[in-house]
Amino acid sequence: MKNVSRFMTAAAFAAITSFVPTAYAETPKDTLIQAWAIDDVISLDPAEVFEFTASEVLGNSYQPLVGYDVNDVSKIFGVIADSWTISDDGMTFTFNIKSDLKFASGNPITAADAVYSLVRAVKLNKSPAFIITQFGFNPDNVEANIRQKGDLSFEFQMDKPYAPTLVLYCLTATVGFVVDKELVVSHEVDGDFGYNWLKTNYAGSGAFSIREWRANDVIVMEKNDNFSGAMPAMARTIYRHIPESATQRLLLEKGDIDIARNLGAEEITALQSDPNIIIESGVKGSIYYLGLNQKNEFLSKPEVRQAMKYLVDYATIADTIMKGKVTVHQAFLPIGFLGALADKPFALNVEKAKNLLATAGLPDGFSVTMDTRNTPEITGIAQAIQQTMAMAGIKLELIPGDGQQTLSKYRARNHDIYIGRWGPDYQDPHTNADTFARNPDNSDAATSKPLAWRNAWDIPAMTVTADGAVLEADAAKRAEIYVALQKDHQETSPFVIMFQEIEVLGIRSNVKGFIVGPSFNDNSFRGVTKE
Amino acid sequence: MTPNQPTIGGRLCAPFAWAIPVTKLCGTLAITFFGLLLLTFLIGRVVPVDPVLAVVGDRASQSTYDAAFIELGLDKPVYEQFWIYLQKAVVGDFGTSMLTKKDIAEDIKRVFPATLELATVAILIGTIFGLPVGVLAAVKQGKLIDQIVRVIGLIGYSAPIFWLGLLGLLFFYAKLGWIAGPGRIDIAYEYSITQITGLLLLDTALQGQWDAFGNVFSHIILPASLLGYYSMAYISRMTRSFMLNELAQEYITTARVKGVAEWRVIWIHALRNAAVPLVTVIALSYASLLEGSVLTETVFAWPGLGQYLTNSLQNADMNAVLGGTLVIGAIFVGLNLVSDLLYAVLDPRVRSRND
Repeated sequence: MKNVSRFMTAAAFAAITSFVPTAYAETPKDTLIQAWAIDDVISLDPAEVFEFTASEVLGNSYQPLVGYDVNDVSKIFGVIADSWTISDDGMTFTFNIKSDLKFASGNPITAADAVYSLVRAVKLNKSPAFIITQFGFNPDNVEANIRQKGDLSFEFQMDKPYAPTLVLYCLTATVGFVVDKELVVSHEVDGDFGYNWLKTNYAGSGAFSIREWRANDVIVMEKNDNFSGAMPAMARTIYRHIPESATQRLLLEKGDIDIARNLGAEEITALQSDPNIIIESGVKGSIYYLGLNQKNEFLSKPEVRQAMKYLVDYATIADTIMKGKVTVHQAFLPIGFLGALADKPFALNVEKAKNLLATAGLPDGFSVTMDTRNTPEITGIAQAIQQTMAMAGIKLELIPGDGQQTLSKYRARNHDIYIGRWGPDYQDPHTNADTFARNPDNSDAATSKPLAWRNAWDIPAMTVTADGAVLEADAAKRAEIYVALQKDHQETSPFVIMFQEIEVLGIRSNVKGFIVGPSFNDNSFRGVTKE
Repeated sequence: MTPNQPTIGGRLCAPFAWAIPVTKLCGTLAITFFGLLLLTFLIGRVVPVDPVLAVVGDRASQSTYDAAFIELGLDKPVYEQFWIYLQKAVVGDFGTSMLTKKDIAEDIKRVFPATLELATVAILIGTIFGLPVGVLAAVKQGKLIDQIVRVIGLIGYSAPIFWLGLLGLLFFYAKLGWIAGPGRIDIAYEYSITQITGLLLLDTALQGQWDAFGNVFSHIILPASLLGYYSMAYISRMTRSFMLNELAQEYITTARVKGVAEWRVIWIHALRNAAVPLVTVIALSYASLLEGSVLTETVFAWPGLGQYLTNSLQNADMNAVLGGTLVIGAIFVGLNLVSDLLYAVLDPRVRSRND
């Protein structure tokens, strides 16, 4: 047995000595390393990208025709477009392109590139295509209506005189980013507009070029030497797929990453006392809400809908479970949008809710289910709501499920209550009015299925009002329409709108200049420097 | 068999004797893989997830949704979808991932080496420690050391690996700084090595990049040790059990009566006989590790097969799930085959039966 003991001692020694202390340097001075759960990236093609991470990647590697000031979104300016004019009938924009711009490939940027990018988006008809097609374009008419007039000029002719800000804001979305026509065309196969190539490659003109995307692993970007704006200080920037927030925190504390993107409320609180870490935040457009299906006999009663709005403890959830990550908000337009309503008429009020339930003929409450995405935050919010609903006798059964699973059920209108998060598609108020306050066809066979449809809320009058708002050219009048629409919506809708999202980043204190914009494609690391 | 083939008593003569087991093996493999694919395909069709959503997202218009529905072939009957898939799979075309937009084979080629490397180091750790610990526990049955081994095994069975992983990172990485953090390699080294096999320990060693080798080692040691610990718990328990069985046999008593040294009785006589079933235990442990440990891979940001398959499954990316299932099936079949062959090497009785 001496041999056994000897072997065990040797094995233990080997185990101990394998953990030799190792010295690790901080991240390189010319490289920005971010930890983020990047498993939502499914494409790098501007005609297809709709997800948060990819939107940010494209926002830093492509350029739109027009942009806006992230601190005051009403200030719209040209990026690739030098100027634009609108025809007297309000239906045609003429864009003039700046003359000295180049793509990362070295090809010059011309009107042909802008026209090709927009036509391509319409013809490919991927998820974000509706942002462009809503102006009356379809694969058959788009080439006739988005047409080149000269090397540096093109026309954009719509079917109606839409509000100019709506058009311009839509062109700031990733689907409006300009791609390098010559490069993309060289990779076209069987008339695919280069889609099969561009979904994993790059053809832009932004501050950084995309060198590599390994799904669920890493995205590597490098400084674009042909960028027309101020050159970034970082030679490269890297996103590493780190799905676990506690792991992100450890990496940030050790200095192995510069920015952590998915910190939870606990991590944020813990890091606030670390002198090497700065917590930065920015209000995003996403809102958290409950969708009450009007096919449910209880939820279809107006008093029940109102009662539920008094049975959420908004303040406590925002201060505990979602601390630092949300702010209480109760209208369908997020703060920062034209016409956003800041009123917060609802707070936890069990007595008022009970009275409303009694008026609805349900003094003892009722039972109902809520489909709940199984993420820690959504589950936490749902459990808090379950408790406060119970105070008024509403027995809320939570049905946990994977994201796609709960979404599939929600889209099929098979839910009772759905706890959701909705982010705007572009910076104009129509993006949310279109889904929360429009429902042109409430039948099961409808082709348009906004959130109002998903909750079977039939609103012909409100739909007419929302449709009218997109044709109002005067911004002030337009804002008034949206304010009135939101007030009506707050009182009558089957949506319990609860919070507006705040994006929180943990940043090493030596990293300066990261801009947190209102949408993910506005997040910018062009100006990042390291001390 | 043709009428002219030489037979003895209805059996094939020696030159053709290999044909029957090989044919049997091929038949078994074909049925196994077909069953695997069919079952996975059907499960993929009954889960309440809309695969089109993973492709077009939540905001797509109806026309975009309809186009993707047709593009994915979901407008066809399920049996036709399976038949189309099967025809392509037979010639090695497993389709394209809806999530990564790449060929499944290319995806698996990218993620599998990470899992293979982690699993191999882990099973080495599990076996190197598990075998002697199990033997020791058997030899010291009922004594303190046996109890300690049982407690260690119990913890290995019951402690959640993500919890141990986070604790390990906190202690060895964040507090002590002994090891590198999550991921396979530091960014500083990532682009300085050429990936030949995808196994970074091997690639860095082959290229003589010993700094990078040390970095890869310091990244892999903690997750591999944790997974190895779990394997060790299983292997040591099974080794103890097999050894107790062997140590109670008459041939052991005979050996002791004959005055054979105790170490020889344990390590040569008993362990050699216990080794036969242990081969299966180790092979199955290895196969389980090669499936990819999604929790370990998540905590340690390890871009392996476990994360890939879980993400694919959650998004109903059935091409990826089916491709991954085939790989895992092949691993189990392959390791079973290897353990069968090792049986023959280790056990003369099996050899003589085969002869």
